[in-house]
Amino acid sequence: MNILIMGCGRLGARIAMLLDEQGHSITVIDTNASAFRRLPEGFRGRVTVGNGMDGTALEKAGIQSMDAFFAVTQGDNRNYFASQLAREVYGVKRVLCRIYDPVREGIFRDLGLETFSPTSLGAGIMVDMLLKGAVPSKGS
Amino acid sequence: MYVLIAGGGKVGFYLAQELLQSNNEVLILEQDAGRVAAITEELGENVMHGDGCEATTLDAAGVARADLVAAVTGDDEDNLVVCEIARSRGVPRTIARINNPKNELLFKRRGIETTISATHAVLSQIEQELPTGEMIPLLQMHSGLELVEIKLPETSPVSGRSVREVLLPPESLISLVVDPGGVPRIPSGDTRLNPGDALVVVTRRESSPLLRQALIGSTHGLDT
Repeated sequence: MNILIMGCGRLGARIAMLLDEQGHSITVIDTNASAFRRLPEGFRGRVTVGNGMDGTALEKAGIQSMDAFFAVTQGDNRNYFASQLAREVYGVKRVLCRIYDPVREGIFRDLGLETFSPTSLGAGIMVDMLLKGAVPSKGS
Repeated sequence: MYVLIAGGGKVGFYLAQELLQSNNEVLILEQDAGRVAAITEELGENVMHGDGCEATTLDAAGVARADLVAAVTGDDEDNLVVCEIARSRGVPRTIARINNPKNELLFKRRGIETTISATHAVLSQIEQELPTGEMIPLLQMHSGLELVEIKLPETSPVSGRSVREVLLPPESLISLVVDPGGVPRIPSGDTRLNPGDALVVVTRRESSPLLRQALIGSTHGLDT
C-alpha cells in the first residue's frame, strides 16, 4: 500500500517503521524537518517537510496516489481537519486519526472517520492492569 | 435568535456587538482570560471563558438550543471542529470563518457555510500599512471571481506603464487605483501605474498567481 503519515512524533515514526518493515511504501510529512530523526536507521520511505493541513503540501507528498492516510500530530483539531481533507477532497480510502480527547473522538467516529483515542484506550488498559493484573501485549 | 460565537477576536467581538444591537441573544466563547475580561467590560456578561472545540464547553454554553453557531477564530481547523460538534448537537446552522481561502472546498464538502474574512482583511489594513508586494484577498465572489488588493513594489514590472500596456491574466481587471497619498481613482487606459500605488483588482481565483507575477513580478509565492 501507499501510505502517507502526517506527524513524525513517536507514534508517527513508530507506525512508519512497522509498515516499512512490512514492505509498504511510506511517506512521512511533518512541519519540522528535525522530527524525522525519530525514524529508524535504514528507513526506506520518503520524508517531506510541509503542513498536512495544506492541500498543496499534501499534493506534493503524493496524496492523490495514497491508499491510506494517518493523521497523528499532537493536535486533535489538526488531525481531524487533515483527515477530512484527505477523505473528502482527495478521496483517500482509509483515513485513520488519533484524537486525544475521548469526547471529540466519539463525535468524529460518528462522522465516519476511523479514530483512535490513546486516552480512553490507555486509561482502560491501566485500570485493568491495576485491578485484573492484566499485562498489555506490546503489539507486533 | 440565540447565537453562539466561538472566538472573541475582532471578528467575534464586532459580530457579537452587531447581533446584540439587533436584540439577539449572544454568547462568545473565548479561551484567553484577558480577552474575556476585555469583552465583558464592553459587552457585559455575553462572554464565557472556554475552548469552543471542547464539547463540554459547548454543552455548558447551551449549544443544543442555539439557532446559529459562528466559528470565527483565526484557525481554520478549530473553526471546522466547532461547527462539526455544533451540528452533532443539533444546531441547524453553522458558519465558519475561513482564514485560508483554499480551505473553502473542504468546508463546502462538510456542508458548513463559510465566509472569507473580508472584515479581517480590511481591519488589518487599517491597523497596519500593507507591505509592498503583498496580495491580499478582499472578497470571494460566487462566480469564481475574486477581489484582491495589490500594492505595487519598487521593482514592479508595470511601474511607469499605463494600464493599457499591462498584460493581465484573462478576466482580470484593475478596478481601482489608490495612490500613495490615499486618493482613489477609477483608472482609464491612460492611467500610469507607480510604485506605492494600491490596486484593487478583480480576477479569477485560479489566475491569482499569474496576476501576482504580472504586477509584483517576483515568482515568490507561486507555489504556496
